[in-house]
Amino acid sequence: MAKLKLPPRGEATAELTRRGFLISMTAAGAAFGFPRAGLAAMDPATPNGVPATPAGNVYEPSLWYSIDGDGKVNVNIIRAEMGQHVGTAIARILADELEVAWEDVRITHVDSAEKWGLMVTGGSWSVWQSWPIYRQAGAAGRTALIEAAAAKWGVDASECEAREGKITSGDNAITYAELVSEGISRSFTEDELKALPLKPVSDLRLVGKEVTALDIANKTTGKTIYGIDAKIDGMVYAAPLLPPTRLGSSVTNVDDSAAQSVKGYVQTLTLDDPSGTVPGWVMVIGETFMAAQRAAEKVKVTWAAGPTADVTEAQIQDHGRELIANPDVGSILDTGDTNTAPVFESAADVLEAEYTTSTVLHFQMEPLNATVFQNADGVWEIHTGNQWQSLILPTLQAALGVEADKIVMRTYMLGGGFGRRLNGDYAVPVALASKALGGKPVKMVMMRPEDVLFDSPRSASVQQLKMAFDAEGTVIGMEHHATAGWPTEVMIPGFMPKGINDEPYDPFAIAGADHWYSVGAQKVRAISNDLANATFRPGWLRSVGPGWTNFAVESFMDEAAHKLGRDPLEFRLSLFTAEGRNAGSAPNAIGGAKRQAAVVKRAAELAGWGEDLPADTGIGIATSFGQERDMPTWVACAARVKVNRETGEVTVEKLHLVTDAGIVVDPDGALAQTQGAALWGLSMALYEGTEIEAGNVRDTNLDTYTPLRMIDTPEMEVEFIDSAEVPVGLGEPATTVVAPAIGNAIYNAVGVRLRSLPMTPEKLRAALAS
Amino acid sequence: MTRFTINGKAIEVDVEEDTPLLWVIRDEIGLTGTKFGCGVGMCGACTVHVGGRATRSCVTPVSAVDGAEITTIEGLSAEGNHPVQTAWRDLKVPQCGYCQSGQIMQAAALLQDIPEPSDDDIDAVMTGNLCRCMTYSRIRDAVREAATAMKEERSNG
Repeated sequence: MAKLKLPPRGEATAELTRRGFLISMTAAGAAFGFPRAGLAAMDPATPNGVPATPAGNVYEPSLWYSIDGDGKVNVNIIRAEMGQHVGTAIARILADELEVAWEDVRITHVDSAEKWGLMVTGGSWSVWQSWPIYRQAGAAGRTALIEAAAAKWGVDASECEAREGKITSGDNAITYAELVSEGISRSFTEDELKALPLKPVSDLRLVGKEVTALDIANKTTGKTIYGIDAKIDGMVYAAPLLPPTRLGSSVTNVDDSAAQSVKGYVQTLTLDDPSGTVPGWVMVIGETFMAAQRAAEKVKVTWAAGPTADVTEAQIQDHGRELIANPDVGSILDTGDTNTAPVFESAADVLEAEYTTSTVLHFQMEPLNATVFQNADGVWEIHTGNQWQSLILPTLQAALGVEADKIVMRTYMLGGGFGRRLNGDYAVPVALASKALGGKPVKMVMMRPEDVLFDSPRSASVQQLKMAFDAEGTVIGMEHHATAGWPTEVMIPGFMPKGINDEPYDPFAIAGADHWYSVGAQKVRAISNDLANATFRPGWLRSVGPGWTNFAVESFMDEAAHKLGRDPLEFRLSLFTAEGRNAGSAPNAIGGAKRQAAVVKRAAELAGWGEDLPADTGIGIATSFGQERDMPTWVACAARVKVNRETGEVTVEKLHLVTDAGIVVDPDGALAQTQGAALWGLSMALYEGTEIEAGNVRDTNLDTYTPLRMIDTPEMEVEFIDSAEVPVGLGEPATTVVAPAIGNAIYNAVGVRLRSLPMTPEKLRAALAS
Repeated sequence: MTRFTINGKAIEVDVEEDTPLLWVIRDEIGLTGTKFGCGVGMCGACTVHVGGRATRSCVTPVSAVDGAEITTIEGLSAEGNHPVQTAWRDLKVPQCGYCQSGQIMQAAALLQDIPEPSDDDIDAVMTGNLCRCMTYSRIRDAVREAATAMKEERSNG
C-alpha cells in the first residue's frame, strides 16, 4: 500500500507527467509496450473490443499515445469507461494540441501494467487530472512533427503550421502519416516539455465542441463487451455462497451431497483467503452458469457467524449519536478559526438541527463479476470492470501469494461504476477459486441479491449542526459534527489526511461540511462510526461525502434564513463574501465563493424565485462546491415541487441546474453527466434507502429497493457558466444539491422540514400531522 | 430439446426446461448483447422480442419459447440501423450502456404497438426499464425521434 502515491492534489498529475515522458520517443517499428496487447487492452469502438493493429511504422511521442504509418492516432486511456465517455473527453484534449482530425483518433483502455502509474477512476478527477498531461503530450508530438518537416524542407519551424494531421509551409505540405512512415525520433527533457507552447484556449478546435463519443455506437447494437461478457476457453463457473456477516464468519460445515445429482456440478470450494477480503466464502463450481447456480441451491453450509450478526441500522445511528456526544473523539478539519466554544457561549441566539441519511446501495446495473485464470506465461489475468486497479492489485497479490509482475488486470467496459467498482474486492474470491483449481479459468457472476449483500453501501450518517448569532442576527459561528462509516479508513487508511488535532479523517466522509460560506468561527468534526465499519464495508458512492454533508449544510442554511426571517437566497449571498480562506486561489479555485454565489443566483433566477406559486407548491434552492475545496465545481439547483398533503407524495416538477466547471471539455458529456448526477441525487432524495437488519442490508432487489424510474423523472434545465478557467469534474457535483433543494422546496410548499433521507411519503405525512 | 428461431436462425438447445431464456441466449447461443440485471424481471436489461412482444428473458423459461421467433439486440436490424438505434446514437443516449439493449428492444416493441405514442404512453411503457445512469430524459426524446422517423419512413414507403 505504501507505494500507492495518491493525491494530495497536484502530486498525482506531476507523477503522471514525469512517468509519461521518462520513456523517450522511439524510432520506427515500436510496438505497444505490453505483450498480448490485444487481450489486455480494450478499444470500445471495435466490434470485439480488440484494438486495431497499428499500420506500418509507429511513432510514440509519449507513453500516452502513438501515431501509425496511416496517421491514425491511438490514445492510451488509464481511466475506466463507465458511462462518462471518458476516453473521448481525454483523447480530444490530446488530439486538439496534436492537431489531428477526430476521425483519425482511436482510444485504448489499457491493462494494469506498472508503467501507467496510479490507475483510479473516481472523484470526478479524470478530466481535471488529465488536462495538463494530455495537452503537453499532444504539444510534444506536434512540435516533433513540425521540427521533422522543417528540417526536411530546410525552413524554420516557426514557418510551419500543423492542422488536421498535416504540416504546411508555403507550398510544402506533408502528412503526419508520411512523416511517421519515414521514421522519426525526438525526445524532450522535462524542462523542454514544460516550455512547450500550448494553444491558447480560444484556438482549441475539439475541446468544447461536439464530437462523436467513441464508445456510444457499440452500446446501441449490443456489441460492447462488459466484464460479464468475458469468455475464456475452458472456463468453469462459480456461484458464491455468502456468510451471514460481511466479516468475521467462518465455515463450520459444508454438505454438497444433494448437489451431486446436478448435471454439470463440479465441486464446492471453501475459500482460504490470505488477504482477509472474503472470510467465510464458499464457491460452488459448475461447468455452466446454470449448473453452478442449481448446485449452489443444494449445497448446505453452516457458519459460525461474526460478531455483527444482530446489528441494526438504529444501533449504528444511535452509536453515531453517542460518538458525537463525546467531544474527545473525531478529527477537526482546518477551517481557519476553529475556536467556536467562546462564540457559542456569548451568542445571543443559537440554531441547532440533526440530519440523518439511510444506507444507500450502488445497485449498478451490471452485477459484480470477474473472470480469473493463470495464463501460459504464469501470469494471473484478472478480467473484470474496475475503477481502481491500483487499489485492488496488492490485495490480489496477497490473495494469490504472488509478486506484482505476476498479475495483470484487463479492464472491461463497466456496466455502471458509481463508486462500487472502486473497491475491487469481488475479483478476490474468483482469484482464490482459480488458484484452488490450479489456475483454471473461473468466472463468477453474482446474482442480484448476492451482489447487493456484498455491496459496499453508502453508510448511514448522523450530522448535528449548530449556528451562533449575535444580537443583530449576524452569523458569528458554526459547528458541523458528522459521523458515518468511513470507506477510506477500511479500504486504504494511508490515504487519510490528518486534521488540526492530528487525528486522521476520511475526506470522502466529510468534504462538503468545510463549505465556502463565511460564518465566523467554524468547527467541522469528522467521526468514524466504528460499528458501521465493523458491520459492512462502507463504500464510496457517487458524490461521496458531499452527497449527504451538503444535504445537512444546505437544509440548515435554509433553516437559518427562515429563523432570521430572511430570504434564503439573499441570506446565502450575504455569506458568500469571498474573503479570507473563501477568496479562492489559482489555479483551481479562482474567484472562490463569488463563483458559488453566481451559480445559486442564476439557478434561482431561472426557476422564477420569488414569484407566486400555486398552493402546496414550492421552489427550493441549494448550492455546493461539488466534491472538494481543492477542486471546486460550483453548482446550484432550484427544485420546484408539489406536495400531496394527503398521501405525502412529492412530485418534482422541474429541476434547474447551473454549473460553473471552468472550461467544458465535452459539452454533451457534461450535460449527460449533470443530468445523470442530478437524477441520482433526486433518487436518493426521495426513493432510495435501505437499512441494516441483522448485520446485512434489508433490501436485496428491485421488488423493495426502488431507484428513480422514467415516470418520476422531471423536466430539467441545465446551464453551464461560460468560463476559461481550469476544467474540473462533472460526474458527481450535481448529485450534491438536489436533495437539499427538494427538502427546502417542500418546506416552502407546506411548511414542514424533513431532516432525514430519503424523504418518504411516510415521513412527510408524519411531519404534516405533528 | 427446445427448438426456436433466434434472429432468423433455427436453434435447438438441450438444456433443462426451466432454464431462463436469458442464459440460453447468453451462454448456450453466445449472444451477449442481452444483459442480466436483476433476475426478477424488474429492470428490463434482459428484454428481447418473443413473437414480436417485449419479453423479460430472465424470467422466461426456455420451454415457454418452444417454436417461437425470438429477436435480440443483435438481430433487431442487420446493420444496427433500426430507427430506434439511430435515434439512440443521434441523441447520444447511452452512458454506461448496460441497460440500453433492453431499452432499445422495449422501445422498438412500443413503437410497433403504438406508432405515435403520447408522452404518457412512453413513460408508462419505458418506466419498466431501469437505467442506473439515469438517461431517462434522453430515452424519452429518442423514442419520440424514432417515432417521427418511422412515420416518415411509412409515408415515403
